[in-house]
Formats: sequence, structure tokens, C-alpha cells
Amino acid sequence: MGSYIPATGEQEQEMLGKIGVSRIEDLFAGIPAELKVKGGLDLPDGVSEMEALRGMRSLADRNRIYRKIFRGAGAYDHYIPAIVSEVISKESFLTAYTPYQAEISQGVLQSIFEYQTYICELTGMDVSNACVYDGAEAAAEAAAMCRDRGRTKVLVSGAVSPYILSVVKTYCFGSGCEVEEIPAEGTATDVGALQKKLGPDTMCLIMAQPNYFGTIEDAAAIAEAVHAAGAKLVMSVDPVAAAVLRSAAEYGADIAVGEGQPLGMPLSFGGPYLGFMATKQAFMRRLPGRIVGETKDRDGKTGYVLTLQAREQHIRREKASSNICSNEALCALCAGVYLSAMGPQGIADAAQQSMSKAHYLSEKLAEAGFHTLNGRAFFNEFVTDSPVAPASVMRALSAKGILGGLPLGGAHKGEILWCATEKNTKADIEEAAEAAGAAAKDPAAAEGKEA
Amino acid sequence: MLIFDKGTKGRRTEYIPACDVPVTELPEGDRRIAPLCMPELSENDVSRHYSELERKTHGVNDGFYPLGSCTMKYNPKAADAAAAMEGFTSIHPLAPKEDVQGCLEVLSTAEKYLCEITGMSRFTLQPAAGAHGEFTGLLLIKAYHRARGDMKRTKIIVPDSAHGTNPASAAMAGFEVVNIASGPDGCIDLDTLRAACDDTVAGLMLTNPNTVGLFDKNIAQVTGIVHACGGLCYYDGANLNAVIGIVRPGDIGFDCMHLNLHKTFATPHGGGGPGSGPVGCRADLVRFLPGQVVDRDAQTGLLSFSKEPDSIGDMRSFYGNFLIVVRALTYITILGRQGIPQASSHAVLNANYMMACLKDTYHMAYDETCMHEFVMSLEDLKDKTGISALDIAKGLLDAGIHPPTMYFPLIVHEALMIEPCETESKETIDQAVEVLKALKDEALKDPEDLKSAPHHTPVTRLDEVNAARHPKLRWSAPGDSAM
Repeated sequence: MGSYIPATGEQEQEMLGKIGVSRIEDLFAGIPAELKVKGGLDLPDGVSEMEALRGMRSLADRNRIYRKIFRGAGAYDHYIPAIVSEVISKESFLTAYTPYQAEISQGVLQSIFEYQTYICELTGMDVSNACVYDGAEAAAEAAAMCRDRGRTKVLVSGAVSPYILSVVKTYCFGSGCEVEEIPAEGTATDVGALQKKLGPDTMCLIMAQPNYFGTIEDAAAIAEAVHAAGAKLVMSVDPVAAAVLRSAAEYGADIAVGEGQPLGMPLSFGGPYLGFMATKQAFMRRLPGRIVGETKDRDGKTGYVLTLQAREQHIRREKASSNICSNEALCALCAGVYLSAMGPQGIADAAQQSMSKAHYLSEKLAEAGFHTLNGRAFFNEFVTDSPVAPASVMRALSAKGILGGLPLGGAHKGEILWCATEKNTKADIEEAAEAAGAAAKDPAAAEGKEA
Repeated sequence: MLIFDKGTKGRRTEYIPACDVPVTELPEGDRRIAPLCMPELSENDVSRHYSELERKTHGVNDGFYPLGSCTMKYNPKAADAAAAMEGFTSIHPLAPKEDVQGCLEVLSTAEKYLCEITGMSRFTLQPAAGAHGEFTGLLLIKAYHRARGDMKRTKIIVPDSAHGTNPASAAMAGFEVVNIASGPDGCIDLDTLRAACDDTVAGLMLTNPNTVGLFDKNIAQVTGIVHACGGLCYYDGANLNAVIGIVRPGDIGFDCMHLNLHKTFATPHGGGGPGSGPVGCRADLVRFLPGQVVDRDAQTGLLSFSKEPDSIGDMRSFYGNFLIVVRALTYITILGRQGIPQASSHAVLNANYMMACLKDTYHMAYDETCMHEFVMSLEDLKDKTGISALDIAKGLLDAGIHPPTMYFPLIVHEALMIEPCETESKETIDQAVEVLKALKDEALKDPEDLKSAPHHTPVTRLDEVNAARHPKLRWSAPGDSAM
């Protein structure tokens, strides 16, 4: 059995002697006997580190690692420089907690301050918080910031990720705000339908740019409509795309949120990821979560502290702007390291290549019989129809070691959401399109089955 | 120096090859207007920058970290090694289920162990942190009453010793918070509780052992009183490390709960996260669980996800902080049935030992056998010398010790809450005791010097008032007036 307890039997006796009891069990005498576990827990016996890691390895080995991934839909396979995992594995970063004691936490605090700056740069906003749990949860927190007298309804574009819609609904089940989805028109927000739904009770519209289907929305028109109704615009953005795309602030958003996973976090079966949030200065005191600010110490030296804490749960309790305590600090550090390593050119290059490769994939898939359905320009994701059942196309790609696009459901049933990043080479793209084409002609053969 | 003040224009490291497909341009109206103002660095610049920041960060690896209620125990490296396996890190969350059976087995096994440790029927691993778990649990309680058509239950009872997240989570879930005063023993006063309970109460949130480090011995009556008025009992698992393997929340009347994998199950705190706050519940609440639960198909033997019929929805994307669950599973596997209760036993032993060593020097808020943590009140010391809990905390910094939690719980004045954890040795505790005794001496003899502590940290005490009054929350280019 493994153990991380340093006390020897002799020390245990000395300590018990100092306390004045004879056995450790005596320390639990205050707990009524009938409430205690009888006969021990039904768990396996403990094992050595070697055995434990052998077991975990065998679980990891039961997952299939795809080297060629054309699936995004909220989790993106971008290249991660080797230095990123090196830095975020540094023990002091890994094992510290929230920097309550600023004097011995300047490293963490400064890294958050730098992260806040990076997020402000990418979104064009004035202030960023120190992060929340993930992109979908960030959207829900942003909606809560928009509640105002008489405004209790959240509108959500039907062209955002299903997780954003679902999480916003869950949070609003708590707060009592109403949520209304505006069904997408094809792969974009239906601006006409939006205008009809906007009213004096609207808190905000939540949209994504590029949206869930990869489409680049007519965001300026949407912002104008939302603001004309006196509501706020919450825009979920892709932080890599943001290096080249008009920023959320430039489009007219009031709050920018997003999934930070593309900034150096591996896919990891969905987490840990990173929710980023940034807004205009006027909205600063409504932001949830930790915020780091710059100040001076007693000797006039510059330093960093957690600030504007009068918004937070440990001070305001039930009147706090949010309940968040632990966030995803190490992921924020990860984003900072990734952006520092890539630099402004590197990140713009990754964004531009992702877009170019998605378009090349779209072109090759069209030749193979899969037609792109995005009516407007798209970024690095797009939707196609499928001449045969999407599931059989996926099986055919899988037989070649390729994770294909995501078969969609609901109003988009029969369609496929594809994604490309800078990691997909021209040869990979051609191979994927060719395999998809073969599946379109003869699904059974392409899957390696007898016809 | 900030990273934005380093580097020079035109410097870069190439991480990706040149584009091998035709370039597609963005439509003109969708191109970024303001150029990205980011530093241009070599990899060496980046490496040295973060090494410098690491040196200015105190982690559990750097020294004793007795931060009460945060359970800063040692984080075993085996768990990190498991979480770094490519078979976990490179898996897309929307890959077909046949390709992710190992991930599903991790979730399923972790859930099974957590159910056994807590006595709950099922868990969702979706919540990303403790407070996220609290919010989830309160939504389960809300959904439960609604499903019964019991719409008048609008209140959640929270003791005044609770963590701030409890009332904040209750408010987010749309409940009115009823704060009740703790009894003189720091525990729930049964008469006060009875008076607060009626048919408008949706539930009670409770940490047990509570935030003063005491196990509420009346817990069976407490949960009984709440159940008698039709309310549910929520267990805040923040302090579960005191009783794992010894008491199960499900056996003492709790209906749902969260636990913090980053506390009890030794996953690293990451400088503030990512954590993981799984939520468990009794059988009749399972149908409301968020996200997706993992079950094995009896025919194919394959694990797969499914949604509960009356699910409250999703708390976040996908299935939670998966790599944190991998770490916690590794930890539970290593400790096993013997190691789990041994961890809590030694957490309680260490806390009582440290309290015994200190009680002649400092005033204990509750001078009785504690659980995994204890609270000292420095009110008398402050009256006598002017030295506050904050001053003693700052004095500890110079000795390389992370201070205890300060000024919490709110029911103890000038509080310092100490949680040593089971992974600290007697030598470490003895040394910390000596430092705390020396600080008391210093408070009596030379308070002025202590008031200006720390003296040997990268910065001295920082001006928090000015930081809040004139917020500077991002770097700006020289000459730029941006905030």
C-alpha cells in the first residue's frame, strides 16, 4: 500500500503523548459511534506507485490516439510548443493556491496580471478577470452581469455551441431569468428574428464569432440591433482567431468571453479548460471572480495583489457578484506562456493557417461530394452536407486513423461540422477528403467491410 | 519586470512550418483593426521569465502551507505522471465512445469510489470547483422541490460559520439566505435551527467538521430537524479530509454534497485552480444530475454516456476537469481501503498535536479535541500589544511558512485557522511551533518590528487600498493612458 504519511510509529506515540491520549481513535471519540463506518470501506487494497501507474497506463492505452484530427466543436487541436508543458509543470506554480498572501505569491499574481493584459489585447476590452471555469460557463457568468431593473430575459443565438445554450439555461434556472433561443438561419444568427425578439426586457444577446458552425457573423449589424434595444451584447470569441479577426470590442460587444483551450491546452477529454472574460471599464465592478491589480509596497516597489474584492463571495457572501472561488489559474498561466512563446506573429500565423487549411479542406471535400453549407465567410470550421450517412463517413476515416468532422443533430441532422488547424498538413487534408469521397461512393467498402 | 517590457521587435521563435496550402484572406470588414500589442521574445526569454516568476511563488513544495480549510496536502507526483499520459491528454471529448473507453473507465471508477467513500448513490464529475459543486447541489435541491410541486420553498439555511461560497451559491440558485447564529460551542444550535425551519425551507448547507474544526456531534438531530420540515441537507465537503473512511455524509442524513478533489484527494491547487467539485446525491435525486452519467451496456460491455431524464442541464462543457479526475483516481488507487482512513487519522493527529504544542502560547477559540484544523483567536494579544492576526501571519512569511487562513471563520475575532495536513512531518510542525512561539515573544517585546513584517520577501506589505481605489488591471504601453 502506498502512503504519503511521514510519521513513524515512534513519532506517533510521542505526538499522542503530547496530546494526552493513547490512541488516534481517541481523537474521534466525539463522533457518536453509530455514525461511524463499520468494517472499513469497500475499496481495493492500496498499491505501490508502480502498480498504480501500470493500471492508469492500461486505461490510457484503451483510448485511441488520432494523429489527424478534423473535429473541433469546442475543443481544438492546435500545436502546443514544448515549453508550455515545461513551464506549467513547475512545482511552485502547480502546488500553490490562490495568492492570498501577496508577498510570497508575486509570481502567480504577476502571471495573472500578464494574462489579463493578453486577454484585453485579444478582445480589445479594457478589463479582464483572472478567468472562470470554461467558455460555456463564462457565457453564463456574462449573462448574469447584464441583469438590470426590468431586464430579465437572455437571448441566445441558435448558432452558438450547444454547451453555451445548455449552461446558460442551467444558470438561469438558478437566477430565475428567462432564456430564449433564436433559431439559426442556416449556419448564422437570424438577424430578422433577433430584431423581433429584442425588447425592453432583454438583458443581452449571447452570440459567437466565429460561431459554432465556423461562420463569421454580421456582428456589426447584430451589435447595432442589440444596442438599439438597450440590451448588452455578449460575444464568445475564439482566442486564436482573435489574433487576426476584428476584436470583440471593435465589433461593438459589451462583454467578450470564450473558451481558452486553444491557447496551449491539450484536448484532455474536455478539461481542464479555461473560461476567459473581459469587458469595458464601465462594467468592471460587475465582473465575477478574481482580479489582479498593480500597486506599490511600503518601499515604493511595484507589486501585484488580488483587488476589487468587494465583489467577491468571501466579503459579500450572498450579495457577491458570483460564488466563484477556485478558478482555472494554471490554465490561465498556460495561456500566458503559449502567447508569450508564439508571439504576435506566431499566433496570427496559427490563426491564418487554420483558416486557410479549413478552406482547402472545404474545397477538397466539395470535390469528393460534400458541399459546404455556410452561406457566409467561415473561419476554421464549416458545415457540409453528406451524400451518405455521416456515421459511415466517420467510420471510413477512422479506418485510416483520421478523426473526421462531427456529425450534427437536430435541425442539422445529416450534416457534418469540420475543423482544420495549422496541424493538418496538405497531405492529411487530401487523404481525409479522398477517404470521405470513397465512403460517399461505397460506404461499406470504405469502412473495410464486405459489400 | 513584466513580460510586456521584455523582448524586442522582430524577435521570434518559429514553432510551426510555413503554410502548405493556398492562403485564404478574411473579408476586409472582419480584419482586426488595432494591431496586437504583444511582446516579441526568444524561447530563452520566455523560459527565464517564468523561472523568475516561479521563484517568487510559494507552493506546497517550497514549505509548510497550513492554510485552514484549503487542505494544502502534498500532491503526489504519480498523479501528475498519470495525468500527463498521452492516452489521456490527446483525446478529443467528442470522439466516438469506442475510442474513449479508457476515459470512460476513469470516470466510472472514480465515481464508484467516491460513492463508496461518501455513501452517495451517484456523482456527477462535471463541476469544476467546490463553489461550482455547491451551486450544482442547490440546483438539485431546487429541481427536487419543483418536481414535487412544492413551490414555496425559497430559503436556504446557512450557519454564520460557513464559507462565503455557501451563501453566494444559494443566492445564485435563486434562494433567500437565512443565516443562523452558531452556538457557543461553534456548532449548530438546535433551538435556533428549529426556529428557522418551516415549510418555506428548501434546505440546509453544512460543513462537518465545521469551519472551527469541530465535528458537530448533534449532526443526526440537525439533519433530522431539517428533514422533518421537508427540507434537504447539503454537505459542503470542504472539510471531508478529516473524516474520510471514518464517517460518510450519506450515513448521517445528508442528501447531496460536493467534495473537492483538489483538497481531499490531493490534486494540485494550480495557483488557484483547476480544481474539481464532484457532486453526489441520494438515489431519488439522481434523475436531476447535470451533464452525462457513464453506464455500462450489459450487452456490448461498452461504457457510454447518457443524460438523466430530468437533468438540470450542464454546469459547463463536456465532462468536467478530466485530468484532475485522473489524478484523484490515481491517489485513491494508491491509498486504497487502508490508506484512506489513515490519511484522515493522521490529519487529525497532526492538528491536535500542533494545537497541544501551541495552547500555552496562543488562545484557542475552542479548547477541545479538534478534527483536521483548529482556530486560534489573537484578540487578547491584539488588545495587549497591538499585534493582530495579520501581523503574526506576515511574520510567518519571513520564516518560509505560508500563513494560516486569516480572519475566518467570521465568528472568531482575530482568527488564525491552522490545518497542518497528514503529509507534514513532526519535525515540520515542531519547527512551525517554534516560529509561532518566537513571534509571540516578539509581539510582546518588539511589536513595531513585527508590524512591518515581512522583511525578507520579494516585496513588503502591499498597498491594497490604493490598488482598489485606483485599479490598474493590465499593462499599458509607455505613454498610453489605458488602464
